[in-house]
Amino acid sequence: MSSLQDYLLLSSLLFSIGLAGALTRRNAILVLIGIELMLNAANLNFIAFWRYSSTPAALTGIMFAIFSIGVAAAEAAVGLAIILAAYRHSKTTDLDQINSLNG
Amino acid sequence: MTLSFLVVATLAIAGTAAAMALRNAVHCVLALTLGLAGVAALYLQLDAQFVGFTQILVYVGAVAILAAFAIMMTHSPRQMESASFSPHWGLGSVVAAAVFAVLAWAIFLSAPSAQAVPPQPDIGVQQIGDALMHRFVLPLEVMGLLLTGALIGSVVIAMDRKEETN
Repeated sequence: MSSLQDYLLLSSLLFSIGLAGALTRRNAILVLIGIELMLNAANLNFIAFWRYSSTPAALTGIMFAIFSIGVAAAEAAVGLAIILAAYRHSKTTDLDQINSLNG
Repeated sequence: MTLSFLVVATLAIAGTAAAMALRNAVHCVLALTLGLAGVAALYLQLDAQFVGFTQILVYVGAVAILAAFAIMMTHSPRQMESASFSPHWGLGSVVAAAVFAVLAWAIFLSAPSAQAVPPQPDIGVQQIGDALMHRFVLPLEVMGLLLTGALIGSVVIAMDRKEETN
């Protein structure tokens, strides 16, 4: 089995990929996906620290990850609904063209 | 670093990197499912079977499909013509690379304490259910409330209000 540092490095790489996507993409849905990837990296950290902790029977890391996945699902649903509403208003999901707050 | 870790990590990184780098948004979502399945395999490798299968159910099964539907519903010809990356993509990539450099530096700097892998924990679904129903019952209820509110709210936000205005 690999060491804790390998998992931490992997999750920081996942986080950076998600951050790069959220910063560089123009499609609002792909920006949301980038944010989901960052959440996934945090979940991987929770699970890795849980597995390498001295008291895995306390289940705290698992519970953190489960609740975090639930929050991420709620966030994805609300985010996509907002994107659909914005698309209906401005006929695009391009973030460079959605630049008006005027309803 | 074992071979299985390398294979699964390569799968996860390749899938997520393709999801953020491809030009066609539908291809991005398909690559995303691959990357998320790779992360689920990492959870399984870390002996967190319940979280791994939850990841497959929630992310691969629900979030990715939801994103695919949203991309197909918001598909417009005008958007295909425009570039898929923002004009400041170089700056964004530099920021992300700098974040990764700082994180990797901190990880390498941290003392490699307890290199020995702890024995495999004997955690079944029954223990997780017991914990959810006793120790974590308040967070569980709050999560149910949050999901209910979020789903009702997203339906209200995404609802077409043409009938009201007529």
